[in-house]
Amino acid sequence: MKAFTYQRADSTAQAAAAAVKPGAKIIAGGTNLLDLMKLQVETPSNLVDINRLPLDKIEETPDGGLRIGTLVRNSDLAADPHVRQRYGVLSRALLAGASAQLRNKATTSGNLLQRTRCYYFYDVTKPCNKRSPGSGCAALAGFNRIHAVLGTSEHCIATHPSDMAVAMQALDAKVETVNRQGETKAIPIAEFYRLPGNTPEIETSLKPGEIITAVTLPPPPPGVQLYRKVRDRASYAFALVSVAAIVDSNRGRIRSARLAFGGLAPKPWRSAQAEQRLANAPSTTTTFNSTAAAVLEGARGFGGNDFKMPLTRRTLHSVLAEMTRT
Amino acid sequence: MEMNSPVGANVLDTPGIVGKPIDRVDGPLKVTGGARYAYEVQENNVLYGFVVEASIGKGRIKSIETRAAEKAPGVALVLTHRNAPAQGTGNHREAHPVLTGPQVTGYGQPVAFVVANSFEEARAAAYLVNVKYDRSNGKYALRANLNEARVPKPSDAPAADSAVGDFAIAFASAPVQLDVTYTTPLQSHAMMEPHATLAMWDGDKLMLHTANQMLNQGQQVIATTLKIPVENVRLISPFIGGGFGGKLWVNADAILAAIASRQLKRPVKIALTRQQIFHVTTHRSDTIQRVRLGTDREGHILAIGHDVFSGNLPSEQTYEGAALQTRTLYAGPNRLTRHRLAPLDIPVASSMRAPGESVGLMALECAMDEIAEKLNLDPIELRVLNEPSEDPEKHIPYSSRHLIPCMQEGARRFGWDKRNPKPGQVRDGRWLVGIGMAAATRGNPLLLSKANVRLGPDGTCTVRMAMTDIGTGTYTILAQIAAEMLGLPTERIQVELGDTSFPQAAGSGGSWGAGSSGSALFEACNALREKLARTAGMDPATARFANGSIASGDQSRKLTDLVGVGMDADGEIRPGRNNKDFSQQSYGAHFAEVGVDEDTGEVRVRRMLGVFTAGRVLNAKTARSQAIGGMVFGVGAALHEEMTLDPRFGYFVNHDLAEYHVPVHADIPDIDAVFLAELDDQSNPLKSKGIGELGICGAGASIANAIYNACGARIRDYPVTLAKLLSRLPVRA
Ligand SMILES: Cc1cc2nc3c(=O)[nH]c(=O)nc-3n(C[C@H](O)[C@H](O)[C@H](O)COP(=O)(O)OP(=O)(O)OC[C@H]3O[C@@H](n4cnc5c(N)ncnc54)[C@H](O)[C@@H]3O)c2cc1C
Ligand code: SF4
Repeated sequence: MKAFTYQRADSTAQAAAAAVKPGAKIIAGGTNLLDLMKLQVETPSNLVDINRLPLDKIEETPDGGLRIGTLVRNSDLAADPHVRQRYGVLSRALLAGASAQLRNKATTSGNLLQRTRCYYFYDVTKPCNKRSPGSGCAALAGFNRIHAVLGTSEHCIATHPSDMAVAMQALDAKVETVNRQGETKAIPIAEFYRLPGNTPEIETSLKPGEIITAVTLPPPPPGVQLYRKVRDRASYAFALVSVAAIVDSNRGRIRSARLAFGGLAPKPWRSAQAEQRLANAPSTTTTFNSTAAAVLEGARGFGGNDFKMPLTRRTLHSVLAEMTRT
Repeated sequence: MEMNSPVGANVLDTPGIVGKPIDRVDGPLKVTGGARYAYEVQENNVLYGFVVEASIGKGRIKSIETRAAEKAPGVALVLTHRNAPAQGTGNHREAHPVLTGPQVTGYGQPVAFVVANSFEEARAAAYLVNVKYDRSNGKYALRANLNEARVPKPSDAPAADSAVGDFAIAFASAPVQLDVTYTTPLQSHAMMEPHATLAMWDGDKLMLHTANQMLNQGQQVIATTLKIPVENVRLISPFIGGGFGGKLWVNADAILAAIASRQLKRPVKIALTRQQIFHVTTHRSDTIQRVRLGTDREGHILAIGHDVFSGNLPSEQTYEGAALQTRTLYAGPNRLTRHRLAPLDIPVASSMRAPGESVGLMALECAMDEIAEKLNLDPIELRVLNEPSEDPEKHIPYSSRHLIPCMQEGARRFGWDKRNPKPGQVRDGRWLVGIGMAAATRGNPLLLSKANVRLGPDGTCTVRMAMTDIGTGTYTILAQIAAEMLGLPTERIQVELGDTSFPQAAGSGGSWGAGSSGSALFEACNALREKLARTAGMDPATARFANGSIASGDQSRKLTDLVGVGMDADGEIRPGRNNKDFSQQSYGAHFAEVGVDEDTGEVRVRRMLGVFTAGRVLNAKTARSQAIGGMVFGVGAALHEEMTLDPRFGYFVNHDLAEYHVPVHADIPDIDAVFLAELDDQSNPLKSKGIGELGICGAGASIANAIYNACGARIRDYPVTLAKLLSRLPVRA
């Protein structure tokens, strides 16, 4: 860990002003950032602590949705009655993530912005374009069991590890931000994350100094909600594949569906094509197959993660069968 | 006392506190933070060290730039091979020299040690040390280097090969044959407490607070390495947060701290980081194991063969003895076991909990399941058929062996009769459900151990020895033994361990701890009983000790009236003829029920039962905890644990606990361990046998067998992950 200065922000504006300076970094729960600092994967020279800002409320919005303050802890969000009643997929996704202790500390914004778990990214002695642009990607021809099969580039094949963000992706969440000038934005989550291309070090559309203040959820779409996380042990493991699904169906016919995937791509993955296959379709094996094929269109494995293709197919099959069972 | 004859009836045979499931006597200290571990010992004027690891697997340091680190805030010293002293050498059990030269022989080898006023300053400065390497082509992967494997010749382990009869001919002509190859991965001990040391010198004398399982041996290794007399080294280690073999030998933390402390004339403290532990300390080698079984049509084994490859540094002879239990577990006239060791340029491989049998039984006990199916025999029946009447290779009797009762009692409690031998027949929702079993066995070694017991005038009894308690319950069972022997409540017994200034003890490892240290204490207590009886003018043979008094006939005296300013006695146990004339093993049977998700291939354990015999159980609660802990290890070995080697760099890619998976609570739902009554009067005066490793032995195999029973997929490449199962599950389309 490199020596750094620490400052506690008293207002969002102050935080944004401090965060825009080179070397500055926001700290929320710190569960990801501090680990990375200890390994010198992240080397901020100034930490801007936002934990005292009044951004920890969950409120209903006039349109019947929900506004989740950026500092709401993952545990509190998962336990919130509104979330449990109307956004079950989000509650389930949160509770499938990390451990109770980590969830007590982890925040909404920190979870959205947590960095990949790629082993090579975590070890500063190894080549990694995301950590050290231009140094190469050790995972490409290395051990890539947990890596992405969709949306990758020759420069980076890392996944985004969040469970929460996958559910938010299915719920069409918006990420609210503010910058130093006090300008606010509401970024649709579909536009929030960026694919690696040839700049894997840039992961979101946030501009320097832009701070997340909240995440808003529109009213939930009709249908049942489910989050299925497939992992190597029963708890405390990242998703190999996860599915956030919202399916509205009746007696063997699907009216509409939303599907988002974790563990497959550098960002929570949503497939409009796949959702189209399900719209007004019978809930049959043929439909599920064609949906899976649509999700996996263009998918490519790198050896260690080839199993994610059949796993995705089978998991999706299982999820859709369960959700449309009459 | 030397173990040369059966022990006969003794005090422990009458019901008493020994065996009772009392709570750990050190429990309150541990849960209140009162138990201080090596890194927590406070010392004035202390400096903190941080290791810089080699980031190549093999090669030479071309240049090492330390100026920036030396100038960094708070830094007192940067040690490298240029300014480190000359040290003694030997294999990893004899010496642990550090920073000896520019050669890099394994990834993570310390190349510099930065010492500063605070841990944070040392760590920050460590990142400023700039090392350039000339890399050479190392040999890293076991499978790629089998052709260079040789016969290992360790001085302190059984011979690599054994043969009885003519295996080749018997196997070739056996009516039923099985020839299968199993592989097990590289594993890390992953104990909770990291390796840590606080070193300080007083003139020529070195004192180390250090996490080490075998203090007397550690003392010797440190003396050899630092080239100082052994009596000038004192190790203190009253509490150890788990070891699993990872702290059997001396690691770099102790030597680096000692060297730096000597140069700086100040105490130096170090704890390895979790990530560093994976490379800087030892690990369990991966193995490739070929098991061949040939039987007649009834299932009698005619030929049993087990060939094992493991890897280690070219300078080491320590091999993973995966076939050692195959030499003793089942009958059969024609036998062949062979171990081969491939020289590899990776960190040193050494003992991890149940070295050898942990992974060996994961092959042998699955092979037994496989051939049972070929024979259309129940797996328990097959094992009963092959119960030997004596050790089939050494041709000596077993000191005690109750494998069959363990299997039968386990079968009864677990509901084994409900198992459908045809795989894939039972389901519960999405889950394909199966059950499996495996036998457990583990040797019962005895090591030289000494003890001192002293009764003070206030009625407090103090037990002392350089024994360790690595979380197993040693403090507690020793308190129970002394309490029963002297007729005192356990609250009156003060057990003091973990200091080489106390009598030499066996230490914790190889399941010998309780038997060896407990027997030494038993002997010391006997000697004290005799002194007390003589002082009271009573016959030691008939005197009874109870309620703080000694009684004989209708006479009774309070012990505190006899001891004057205090009375003490020494005791000692040594292995003897019994350890050669008897095959001494603990036994057990594991039963597991698993679910396999028919879509995703996720495997989840649903319940597990182990039934064991291990001689006298000294504390029913700590024994059960040991057995369950071992079984959890088995779950990890079967389903989760694997260090992945990246052969491009010669390193273990997943070197942290986020990606090196061990089972978590949710992976262990319903688990129980039961000990059947047994006394072994050839083993030691306590009539106990080792239990620290028994729980692992076979546990993983019972899970793999249950997976097969659940879904019909036999995965011979551990761990059994969903990725390996997927293609073997029913088609989904
Ligand atoms: C062992 C382990 C297992 C885990 N398992 C899982 C899992 O299974 N699933 C899962 O989803 N997660 C898992 N996690 C990750 C966990 O969810 C994240 O660490 C956590 O959500 C991060 O939140 P935080 O508030 O602590 O973030 P921090 O560490 O404080 O911050 C993370 C990043 O976000 C930035 N940031 C934070 N707030 C703002 C803001 N308001 N505006 C701009 N930037 C901001 C920080 O600068 C930093 O770059 C695991 C973590 C660990 C250590
Ligand atoms: S996959 Fe991405 S994060 Fe991992 S090594 Fe390659 S560039 Fe780095």
